[in-house]
Amino acid sequence: MAETMMRQGWSRAEMAARVAIDIPEGWVVNLGIGLPTQVANHVPVDREVIFHSENGILGMGPAPGEGAEDPFLINAGKQPVTLRPGASIVGQADSFAIIRGRHLDLCVLGGYQVAANGDLANWSVGRKGVAPAVGGAMDLGAGAARVWVLMEHGTREGEPRLVGRCTYPLTALGSITRVYTDLAVIDITPQGFVLRDLAPGISADQVRARTGAPLAVG
Amino acid sequence: MIDKFVPSIEAALEGIGDGAAIMVGGFGAVGQPNALIDALAARNLRGLTLIANNAGGDFGGMPKLIERGAIAKVICSYPRASRRTAFDELYEAGKIELELVPQGTLAERIRAANAGIPAFFTPTSAGTELATGKETRHINGRDCVLEYAIEADFALIEAWAADRWGNLTFRRAGRNFNQIMAGAAKVTVASVHRRVELGALDPDRIVTPGVFVNRVVMVPEPMEGEVV
Repeated sequence: MAETMMRQGWSRAEMAARVAIDIPEGWVVNLGIGLPTQVANHVPVDREVIFHSENGILGMGPAPGEGAEDPFLINAGKQPVTLRPGASIVGQADSFAIIRGRHLDLCVLGGYQVAANGDLANWSVGRKGVAPAVGGAMDLGAGAARVWVLMEHGTREGEPRLVGRCTYPLTALGSITRVYTDLAVIDITPQGFVLRDLAPGISADQVRARTGAPLAVG
Repeated sequence: MIDKFVPSIEAALEGIGDGAAIMVGGFGAVGQPNALIDALAARNLRGLTLIANNAGGDFGGMPKLIERGAIAKVICSYPRASRRTAFDELYEAGKIELELVPQGTLAERIRAANAGIPAFFTPTSAGTELATGKETRHINGRDCVLEYAIEADFALIEAWAADRWGNLTFRRAGRNFNQIMAGAAKVTVASVHRRVELGALDPDRIVTPGVFVNRVVMVPEPMEGEVV
């Protein structure tokens, strides 16, 4: 059932492409590790968006061609990247001054759960004995002017990831304003989840049935 | 004559003993002072505190340092690697302590030590598990967490080029934690790939002035198509 549902919605590449549509020229954007990183592949090259990487890059470009990798140039996910004309390099304190000082227009993060009040859980599932890792997620969650989440609508077991209250440990409180999933684009408003867009062939009722909190239609 | 260059890795590490708190620069494999870490691992030390972004990862000499039981405590933001590491095993066995710090807070705590700022407030981590037990204050409409500077005995960093005053330049994303760790410890040791004459570095391009650096050691690394 879950499989059928996923195939009806956006593919992972289409999810990344859907986010890219909403990123205007001129924004400074940080993309989280994993699927959010792929959003950059869908922003047209002639649209000037400045991509930031936590390890100290502003103006990051796409992955280099085979054999053209620079061993001193990686992104936060530790994959080789390139620099665009206009790019700059900063140290770790300045890189996080960009994040924490509200100089990012947008951060797109992956998520385990997003709550109707804008809380995000994406760093730990609270498993005892397993070392948790947070990286820059809490800084991004608290510091970017906008924080959007890109994630599957439900877990592999079919549990909703959009919930009334997060049950996993929180990354940031009340920060998330929009969620992109394989089924829909959903805004988080003072009134809770509001449906903004649907994947082809998906109905509002189908999304509502797979969402763990009330969903209004905007 | 001021000359911060030391003749060997051994001389660069002089004075590091059991129980020392050691900052190690780098983000992933980039900018990590591998030759210094390898030599440190060979010393069979005990009870070290490691302050770094990652807990060794699966590259360079850091896994060796951790495997050998040299590290009692890690202060870092991301102790996870693409595969299972020596850190994971010791952590699960309760044999290594972890202080997990958000990456920006980690950077700022190190910078604060360098700048003589004992503590600061930040909204990062407010209301989360990582703020448990920490003083929180409501400032300008937001909950903010009190965070203390992290000081160390030694900072082991990597830079690109240095002159004998210890002025440093960096290459690309190799700057990362290296820039802020320089000066945040009692002794800062920089391994560099190029030695240049005093005056050869453009003052406008020096990222870390030698005032933050105590010892410099050459670890040549030729770039593709270049002769050192």
